Amino acid sequence: MRTATPWSEVFDQLLVATGETLYMVVVSTLIAVLLGTPVGIWLQLTAPGGLRPRPVLHKVLGFVVDLGRSMPFLVLLVVLTSLTRLLLSSTIGPTAAIVPLSVGAIPFVGRLVQNVLSEVHVSVVEAAVTTGSSTLRIVRSVLLRESLPALVNAVGVTAIALLGYSAMAGVVGGGGLGDLAVRMGYQRFNDRFLWSTVVVLAVIATAIQLITNRVARGVDRRRTTSA
Amino acid sequence: MITVENLTKTFPGSTGQVRALDGVNLDVAAGTVLGVVGPSGAGKSTLARCVALLERPDSGSIRVDGTDLVSLDGTALRAARRQIGVVPQGDSLLRQRTAAGNVALPLEAAGVAGPQRRNRVAELLDLVGLTDKAGSYPDQLSGGQRQRIAVARALAASPSVLLADEPTSALDPDTTGSVLTVLDRARAELGVTVLVVTHDMGVVRKICDDVAVLEDGRVVEHGKVLDLVSDAASRTAASLLPAVDQNPAAEGSFDRVADIVLIGFAAVGALLPEATSRFGVELNLLGGGLTRLGETPVARFRVGLKGERADSALEWISEAGGSVRRTLAGPQGVAA
Repeated sequence: MRTATPWSEVFDQLLVATGETLYMVVVSTLIAVLLGTPVGIWLQLTAPGGLRPRPVLHKVLGFVVDLGRSMPFLVLLVVLTSLTRLLLSSTIGPTAAIVPLSVGAIPFVGRLVQNVLSEVHVSVVEAAVTTGSSTLRIVRSVLLRESLPALVNAVGVTAIALLGYSAMAGVVGGGGLGDLAVRMGYQRFNDRFLWSTVVVLAVIATAIQLITNRVARGVDRRRTTSA
Repeated sequence: MITVENLTKTFPGSTGQVRALDGVNLDVAAGTVLGVVGPSGAGKSTLARCVALLERPDSGSIRVDGTDLVSLDGTALRAARRQIGVVPQGDSLLRQRTAAGNVALPLEAAGVAGPQRRNRVAELLDLVGLTDKAGSYPDQLSGGQRQRIAVARALAASPSVLLADEPTSALDPDTTGSVLTVLDRARAELGVTVLVVTHDMGVVRKICDDVAVLEDGRVVEHGKVLDLVSDAASRTAASLLPAVDQNPAAEGSFDRVADIVLIGFAAVGALLPEATSRFGVELNLLGGGLTRLGETPVARFRVGLKGERADSALEWISEAGGSVRRTLAGPQGVAA
């Protein structure tokens, strides 16, 4: 009968892993949102009935995006090693995991953003068109601003998805909570590690949800009762 | 001020091409209100979208102050759009912006600087009577208030033409009145030329100087409302004037039966009594009634006349400005 790892040691490792996970999730979410939002805008503008309808371009772009989304993350992680080396001249560690995490989430964010933008009612967009606003201005002050609460929620959804993906970062030595759960909890049958990582992951996911919900409500002017 | 010439627009449909607009001609004089009416599917929406420069017609021209706007592109098109203020169909306000922010949108697009912009927004909110709602968000406003804000927004960049597409379709009669009042004020106080597309003849009745009836993509009637109502055969008369019921039994006992349209205070008030006393005939009202077109009282009565000089009386009414049409129901057909 093995003696259980002391809680203090579990706690120390958990702390390190949590740091790594948060680092990977926050940075890759930021990069994915930064690069994925323009993709979503482009998809929406070129869509039939969009501001700049380009049916063929839209189809091609949509195909590429869906191809990216259908790629299993584990495969992407390995496939993108050369890109990671090119960008960071290293292929291991949490920073290295950020490259495939971000790239994998860009098409995801693109579709989310397109869906959100397509919810802005066509009469609202056309009203802006009739004011003589440029496309850039309409994207900025109508499409993005009108859907800001939903966009904030989309960021939360992305972050939680990336929290899940980051569990696979262990493959490239990225560490993190998922890696800890697999290495210590699963492969060494150490229940303390297994369950404590699950709890921490759940706490992080819930926190992301709560924070984005609150921010989304904060930027939403629709139901404000006092002017 | 705004001239639509030979506008044609075809859409691909399930059974071949659908001709939504088939050579539409319209002319709206500066500072007047034209109502474009017609049944669903007549092409009203397509016309509105073409004039709003949201839809490009297949052929024809839309001229504002002589400049054809149809063929424009890019920056020139955006500049042209500022000449035509549009109140789009349905809810069109930005829900994340205050009423004032919504009114400011066209001014931002036109590059009007901050302080000037705020002044202009204040002027327009005053025009539509919603100064106290400047800081309210659309969700805090009623349907009529939202529509008035949409009118204010359409007027913000000082367009010479205001286009309103079904501005009252989602409103109850009371709020409809407030929106129409605002459109009327825009014309009266800003001298804007107004083109309002509507299925509601009440809009024509209340604010339109001219009317165009659209049917199957063609203009089948176009002219001054008051001219068209005196033509009993016109569609405008049929839908704007009080209805007269057929009642052959009652009409049989008169020497002459006629429909008479009277326009204006003097005619409505005095013409029939004077005809009675002048020609010594007995005149009975069989149906019809009084209505108001804009500020002008207009009546359509079915009258039955008894007396030897009934024909002379009708003739005199006609010469004095009343529009007289003898009905076939009366016995005059036999006499003639």
